[in-house]
Amino acid sequence: MTYQIKLPIFEGPLDLLLHLIKEHEINIYEIPIAFITKQYLEYIELLKNLNLEVAGEFLVMASTLIHIKSRTLLPKSEVSADMEEEGDDPREELVRKLLEYKKYKEAAGLLRDKEIAYKNVFTRKAESEIPDEDELLIEVSIFDLLSAFKNVVKNIKGSDTYEISVDEVSVTERINYIMEALGNSSYILFESLFSDMTRKMELVATFLALLELIRLKLVKIQQTKRFGTIRIFKTVEETKNGPEYSTANN
Amino acid sequence: MDLNTARPIIENILFIADSPITLEKIGEVFNGEMNKGEIKKIMDELKTDYNARGIQLMEIAEGYQLCTREEYAEWIKKFYKIDKGSKLSQASLETLSIIAYKQPITRIELEEIRGVDSGGVVRTLLEKNLIKNMGRKKVPGRPMMYGTTRKFLEYFGLKSLSDLPTLEEFKDDIQRGDMSQRFIPSLMRQKILVMAVVSR
Repeated sequence: MTYQIKLPIFEGPLDLLLHLIKEHEINIYEIPIAFITKQYLEYIELLKNLNLEVAGEFLVMASTLIHIKSRTLLPKSEVSADMEEEGDDPREELVRKLLEYKKYKEAAGLLRDKEIAYKNVFTRKAESEIPDEDELLIEVSIFDLLSAFKNVVKNIKGSDTYEISVDEVSVTERINYIMEALGNSSYILFESLFSDMTRKMELVATFLALLELIRLKLVKIQQTKRFGTIRIFKTVEETKNGPEYSTANN
Repeated sequence: MDLNTARPIIENILFIADSPITLEKIGEVFNGEMNKGEIKKIMDELKTDYNARGIQLMEIAEGYQLCTREEYAEWIKKFYKIDKGSKLSQASLETLSIIAYKQPITRIELEEIRGVDSGGVVRTLLEKNLIKNMGRKKVPGRPMMYGTTRKFLEYFGLKSLSDLPTLEEFKDDIQRGDMSQRFIPSLMRQKILVMAVVSR
């Protein structure tokens, strides 16, 4: 008896049983329950030997199989012989479940075929939607910026606390903060700039710093569509391709 | 508007559309000057036209979309770095097929068929927008019911759910074995006893 170790293929006990039935060319309506139980338990044993965790469902099925097996092995008592009508086969419930599961498994196979076929069909929608084409972006007006800032202020946490603190947040310090944030990635989102700020003072200073950077043309603000997410880009030319700040060094 | 005027207009719209467009949506363009039947007629004509062309007009998710053909995928990929992502897991496909046929269906009913816990798969499919909540079933515990989404149709390139073969078609496939031997207890029992003895 050879065992193919294709463990992840079995989605559950029903899947495993179907596999065993197919492998041994068993008629699904005439499952030799002792034989299939043996095969099934051997497989579970194999899983354990491989130190794989055997899911509870597999064990439940093992006990179901043993239960059916014991019922088929018991001699028919007089009473139950009378009671037993045609169709009262201990395996019937299992067969019904197997058949139902098998239908959906085949349906899943069909979906897989469709999936593979359709993965090779392309449409105008560019699948790789990378917004790195500057042409796609539109400039953001000062009004867009202001309304975006208004939203940020509206959403700050704990806004109803009154604080009288004197520590000043300087715009210069905020400028450095923004440039630092931009140093790590090609762009940052407008909202994320303010994400961990709770004090109005900080927000205002950061916003002023942003305006200052725009005025100095050190950053540019763009969005992919009107009222879309506002992105802040560094304007230092072509840092992606060329050596960084090459012109500044020369 | 007569069909010959409308046809190129519709063709142009199809060319530029980035998702399947429905007959209703196209109807809006014509401000009621074209009825649904007329647009459908044009669509059918266009579909036939495209059958003779390199690209195709597909019916997806109750809409129409111009698509490339499967057999040219390799060439397209040579020209354009394009990837539709990885395939779904077997567990996801199984779960989806059950939901597609039995919707609305609760998780318990689903697990009853699959025979395994399916909480994780259901969550993944919800996140991928391939299934959606369909309200709660009016039974004790009021469990959530699930159904497939429009995205499901788009993902598999299906026109509608009725585009899938019926479950009976699968059944026929399974039952091609000898039906006459179905559940004949006494006869079967003897065989089992024999097999049990043999297998000892």
